[in-house]
Amino acid sequence: MSYKIVVLIKQVPDTQNVGPDAMNADGTVNRAALPAIFNPEDLKALEMALQVKDKYPESRVTVLTMGPERAASIIRDALSRGADNGIIVSDIRFAGSDTLATSYALACAIRKTGHYDLIFGGRQAIDGDTAQVGPQVAEKLDLPQVTYAERLLSLKDDTITLTRRLDNGVETVEATLPLLVTVTASAPDCRYPHAHRLLQYAKTQPEIWNADAISPEMERLGLKGSPTKVKKIDNVVLAHKEGVRIENSDAAIGELVVSLMEDHIIG
Amino acid sequence: MVLIYCELTENAQIADVSLELCTKGRQLADRLGSRLEALVCGESLNGIEKQLYPYGVDVVLKADDPRLSPYRTLPHFALLSEVIRERKPEIVLMGATCVGRDLAPRIASRLRCGLTADCTSLEIGDYEDKAKGKSYQNILYQIRPAFGGNIIATIVNPETRPQMATVREGVMKKELKDSGYKGECVTLDAGRYLKKEDEAVRIVAREIEQRKINIKNASIIVSGGYGMGSRENFGMLHQLAQALGGEVGATRAAVDAGFAEGERQIGQTGVTVRPKLYIACGISGAVQHRAGMDQSGKIISINTDPDAPINAIADYTIIGDACKVVPQLIACYNKNKK
Ligand SMILES: Cc1cc2nc3c(=O)[nH]c(=O)nc-3n(C[C@H](O)[C@H](O)[C@H](O)COP(=O)(O)OP(=O)(O)OC[C@H]3O[C@@H](n4cnc5c(N)ncnc54)[C@H](O)[C@@H]3O)c2cc1C
Ligand SMILES: Cc1cc2nc3c(=O)[nH]c(=O)nc-3n(C[C@H](O)[C@H](O)[C@H](O)COP(=O)(O)OP(=O)(O)OC[C@H]3O[C@@H](n4cnc5c(N)ncnc54)[C@H](O)[C@@H]3O)c2cc1C
Repeated sequence: MSYKIVVLIKQVPDTQNVGPDAMNADGTVNRAALPAIFNPEDLKALEMALQVKDKYPESRVTVLTMGPERAASIIRDALSRGADNGIIVSDIRFAGSDTLATSYALACAIRKTGHYDLIFGGRQAIDGDTAQVGPQVAEKLDLPQVTYAERLLSLKDDTITLTRRLDNGVETVEATLPLLVTVTASAPDCRYPHAHRLLQYAKTQPEIWNADAISPEMERLGLKGSPTKVKKIDNVVLAHKEGVRIENSDAAIGELVVSLMEDHIIG
Repeated sequence: MVLIYCELTENAQIADVSLELCTKGRQLADRLGSRLEALVCGESLNGIEKQLYPYGVDVVLKADDPRLSPYRTLPHFALLSEVIRERKPEIVLMGATCVGRDLAPRIASRLRCGLTADCTSLEIGDYEDKAKGKSYQNILYQIRPAFGGNIIATIVNPETRPQMATVREGVMKKELKDSGYKGECVTLDAGRYLKKEDEAVRIVAREIEQRKINIKNASIIVSGGYGMGSRENFGMLHQLAQALGGEVGATRAAVDAGFAEGERQIGQTGVTVRPKLYIACGISGAVQHRAGMDQSGKIISINTDPDAPINAIADYTIIGDACKVVPQLIACYNKNKK
């Protein structure tokens, strides 16, 4: 038995370690000041795909990303960890895509890869933060979806069993392939790159597909294919309140407590 | 028309997040001069509409079928996507929960409409598309943080309908409209919507944890950050909370350090709260934390650093070591209480 697997990976600015120079004065994001990293949950999605390959070594894992050509670095990273093949979908015509246009382009690219049994993705990317792309790719390919997957329990023939991490518990589900799975932050960490594979793929230039290569309906791509428009972006600035400084003394703290009691906020 | 997709709790009550959305939906519908409708999908839903009318819901759409409970994506997807096609709402709101965030994007993809995740505010206004030279009236402004909370974006979907948004629990305020509000209930024939292929994913087991800690509904929250220094020092926050009849909250840094349970985390990746009083002890006030508490009635900050960002949104600031100030607060309160 072997499976054809596609893993959706995204290169993202490291929004979790934002320094003071991360924002431009006009409120836009200074991408140059943020290191580009492998979206953390996509690494976990890759791990789940590699677990399938551990069990069924004839399986083939293809990583796919839509983004600029410099996203080749996360493809090389994925190859060094055990993926078989990587593709970048890149074209200026994808610029301005919202999740609907992103998922449409990804779905067209997945179709072009040929037969597939399983598609893995992260639950959420740390820049857009929407968690919408996975379920939208599933719908476009007319596949069932299992979101927030945490553990792969078993896979045999066309039946997979997974646990899902919910807001208030854990659910175990069984599903029939083909299927799209999104993997959540509490799933197992990805294995490290193999030293020899690091060397082997250090200079690999992954295949690049432009818009024509994925045979889309052009009006569904990029800004044109995106119903959501960003009307305005505000940098988060502190709205300064006229607060009261309370002296750090028994008497002043006592007065504060009494006034809160009088206002029925406490007591 | 404004449509709310309602979620159910484990014991088949309408979830708080959905009632909060009904309150918001009522305001939006009033502003647009239109109806508010709510869809409930589940099993054994007798009388459930009575929970919704008081929030100003005009029409409750009810689909009652064992295949709809517990929640699974495909059966709910089949129902909601068809209901939207039939009833053509202008706006659809859903909870940004593990259910809403699973279902809403699939619906938006099927209907090819825009969807904005995790909105913190929803308003009605006009929009001008300068590039196209077109203007639009009474559009839904969907306001959401992105980039890990470092920016706030206002998003609109001028051309496509419905305008869809998800909102986290606790972000909107739940308010009764009128306990005698008159609505009507329409029962949908679930069998007409569900197909055999909708059974592709089967639930084998479910382990649902009861929420033990309820910080969301607390009217007073004593919250601690990394500046508290240890789990032992967090003990005095529990004492203060107990004295005041409140609950203890925490920052992510405090949770990560093991000072408090994950369920107590307040902020963008935790719970959103709006208590009457929020006492922030040893909390710096990162955007991701403020996102979950800046709607609090009154904020007291206790911090050794006079320039801590939290002080800028505090009503009262006490500069000092929280481990000394908190016991003082407890003593003062005990002395003055009746
Ligand atoms: C400030 C801001 C706010 C935005 N708000 C919205 C909004 O409310 N609604 C909306 O529709 N769009 C929104 N967008 C646009 C959205 O961020 C982009 O469409 C983005 O390409 C995909 O969304 P995401 O980053 O949220 O991905 P998510 O949906 O969070 O990603 C989930 C998973 O999908 C896969 N994936 C996502 N993108 C790619 C990719 N390019 N290549 C390969 N795999 C991928 C990965 O496995 C990832 O883990 C916003 C953008 C910005 C800058
Ligand atoms: C994507 C993302 C999501 C996040 N989500 C959340 C979230 O949901 N909730 C959240 O809280 N954080 C979240 N964070 C983390 C957030 O950015 C901050 O790191 C965190 O809130 C800081 O916690 P803190 O204020 O306890 O710690 P610190 O920032 O370390 O602040 C400690 C404060 O204590 C003060 N202090 C030190 N000693 C004392 C003393 N003895 N007495 C009084 N004051 C003292 C210091 O002056 C300082 O102001 C998120 C981050 C990211 C990137």
